[in-house]
Amino acid sequence: MYDDMVTARYYEERLQEEYLEGKQPAFDISAGPIPGELHLAAGQEAAAAGVCQHLRDDDVVTAPHRPHHIAIAKGVDLKRMTAEIFGRETGLSGGKGGHMHLFDPDVHFACSGIIAEGVPPAVGAGLAAKKRNEDSVAVAFLGEGAVDQGAFLESLNLAAVRDLPVAFVVEDNDWAISMPKDRVTDVEDASQRADGFDLPGRRVDHDDALAVYDAADEAIGRARHRNGPTLLEVQTHRRMGHFMGDPEGYRPEEDQEAAAQRDSIESLSEDLRDRDIDRETLGEIESEAQERVDEAIEWAKEQPEPEPEDAYDDVFVNPPSGVTDSEPDHTLAGGDD
Amino acid sequence: MAQQERDQAVDRELTMSRAMVEAIAHEMREDEEVFYMGEDVADYGGIFDSTEGLLDEFGHDRIMDVPISETAYVGAAVGAAQEGMRPIAELMFVDFFGVGMDQIYNQMAKNTYMSGGNVSVPMVLTAAVGGTYNDAAQHSQTLYGTFAHLPGMKVVVPSTAYEAKGLMHNAIRDDDPVVYLFHKRLMGIGWLPAPDGPKTPVPEEDYTIPFGSADVKREGSDVTIVTLGLHVHRALDAAEDLDDDGVDAEVIDLRTLVPLDTETVVESVRKTGRLVVVDEDYRSFGVTGEVVSRVADEALDDLEAVERVAVPDVPIPYSRPMENEVIPDGEDIKAAVEATE
Ligand SMILES: Cc1ncc(C[n+]2csc(CCOP(=O)(O)OP(=O)(O)O)c2C)c(N)n1
Repeated sequence: MYDDMVTARYYEERLQEEYLEGKQPAFDISAGPIPGELHLAAGQEAAAAGVCQHLRDDDVVTAPHRPHHIAIAKGVDLKRMTAEIFGRETGLSGGKGGHMHLFDPDVHFACSGIIAEGVPPAVGAGLAAKKRNEDSVAVAFLGEGAVDQGAFLESLNLAAVRDLPVAFVVEDNDWAISMPKDRVTDVEDASQRADGFDLPGRRVDHDDALAVYDAADEAIGRARHRNGPTLLEVQTHRRMGHFMGDPEGYRPEEDQEAAAQRDSIESLSEDLRDRDIDRETLGEIESEAQERVDEAIEWAKEQPEPEPEDAYDDVFVNPPSGVTDSEPDHTLAGGDD
Repeated sequence: MAQQERDQAVDRELTMSRAMVEAIAHEMREDEEVFYMGEDVADYGGIFDSTEGLLDEFGHDRIMDVPISETAYVGAAVGAAQEGMRPIAELMFVDFFGVGMDQIYNQMAKNTYMSGGNVSVPMVLTAAVGGTYNDAAQHSQTLYGTFAHLPGMKVVVPSTAYEAKGLMHNAIRDDDPVVYLFHKRLMGIGWLPAPDGPKTPVPEEDYTIPFGSADVKREGSDVTIVTLGLHVHRALDAAEDLDDDGVDAEVIDLRTLVPLDTETVVESVRKTGRLVVVDEDYRSFGVTGEVVSRVADEALDDLEAVERVAVPDVPIPYSRPMENEVIPDGEDIKAAVEATE
């Protein structure tokens, strides 16, 4: 778990460096080696690692627009994920998806950039497992801003009424872009929403990574043993802007400072030392993680970009002839032609 | 007034977002019933600066941050509008329309008709459209055609600050639902540099641009290029290049899709005989097909050649070489014009 957390943190620090290249001095989102938006999850690692520790490769995870820490904890191929973020041909989606849309079928991982819309497919995965009498489970991750979305509430109900093997994991980092929770909901704890669907809701503090681990054990265990869905909320802290380049003009400085002081990686490292795991062992875990990340980033950067024409592939698995116009035909109309 | 005269009469230039905001502020001062709601529109000022500065003057009651619940707040705008208020609801990216689509096309667009004209829905739905910055398939669509296809919504697409302001005044005053689609690349935001064109002189006072009046952005005699939004600027660039090659292109900015000014387009085609329609939306069942078929209906005999330039029928890919391939640029427009020769 510590391994996943430090890998995710270091990975995003490196991505951040790479992302800013070419975007300075004047920030231009479409410049540099990593194009498009980039949402980083520094400070939220324990939520992903604590939950995914309990998962197998055949368990399904759906992630939202802030997916890297979850993907790493779920065991998504780090090299191919990085190549995807750099928009390269050997990326997970051949450069079609990008950082918000990572798909790794080998470990049953998928993403969506549309808020809460990754949640219903997780319920569908739970439904499939139940219908086939398999003991795999599904986990949908979402932010606290996403819990006001119909898709989430409808999914809670469907999973509850069908007793599906699903865990809903809300990462509450207090902010949805510029909107603090208290301006958009009167319900302080998202876990309370479970009450309305008669399913268990549980809230844990991210500062205590082991508590996250234990709570997830319970939620995933319930799903695995066919005892139905759980709503698990993890209180985290947003250490950075919503996306890279977010000036955060809306955010009080005290809030930023408070978030920066809470770090579950540091507190887990202290915890582990209290449990007689020496500094050296932790150091080894950290340097191995860094090596893995550096290697993935170097590899990704050496990968070729896709050919422009690759854009026309994959609209369908079974393309009907004549549907995708790779070379729009020149239609001449009228006159004497 | 022609564009040139207008430019000379006004010495102040605005970005497209400033021009939009100016119109909204004006209407909000004039009419207590106008209010704006959306995600990150208050303290943030809109992710694309669409409400920048409005919070200071109007406060959180009239510039409302709402939960991430598109069905609820777009539908709430419909309900408030039916009670006679004049809400503006913003979808941050048009791609999020699916979440609130029932409220858009079964409620907002149909209630006037289904009530036999007894109910009106005087609201504006604003949304950012467009790609060209590698944000992949869920954040880069243009979808002009989707809204124009479904009856009951007026659809407007500004290409410059001048249009942005005039069309916004109309949109808010109109008693019907208006979908106002602004291209991210035109807004003049720091992190998404705009081309030169959209920043234009804008009069201080309020003014309207009638819906259904296309604008001839460049006169020419050899070929008619019909387009809208960002691609007005790409077409103008292509026209400059073509001019060097001795081809004199006329560039028409549609400005509104519903209603569509077929007359201006047909008149131009009668003069040039060659038609190229350019759109950043998907090719099939979209704007390009509609314009071509209207011209064919009215002026088939004058039509010597037709080309369509649009996004081939694929979702917008993330990676740069592929995105560049599918989103039309000046070169694609030039090639299409050349293909009509
Ligand atoms: C349906 C939809 N509406 C709006 C957005 C724009 N958007 C992207 S992230 C975000 C905030 C999400 O907040 P939260 O769920 O708390 O996650 P966090 O970003 O804090 O991790 C919004 C509004 C979107 N992607 N999809």
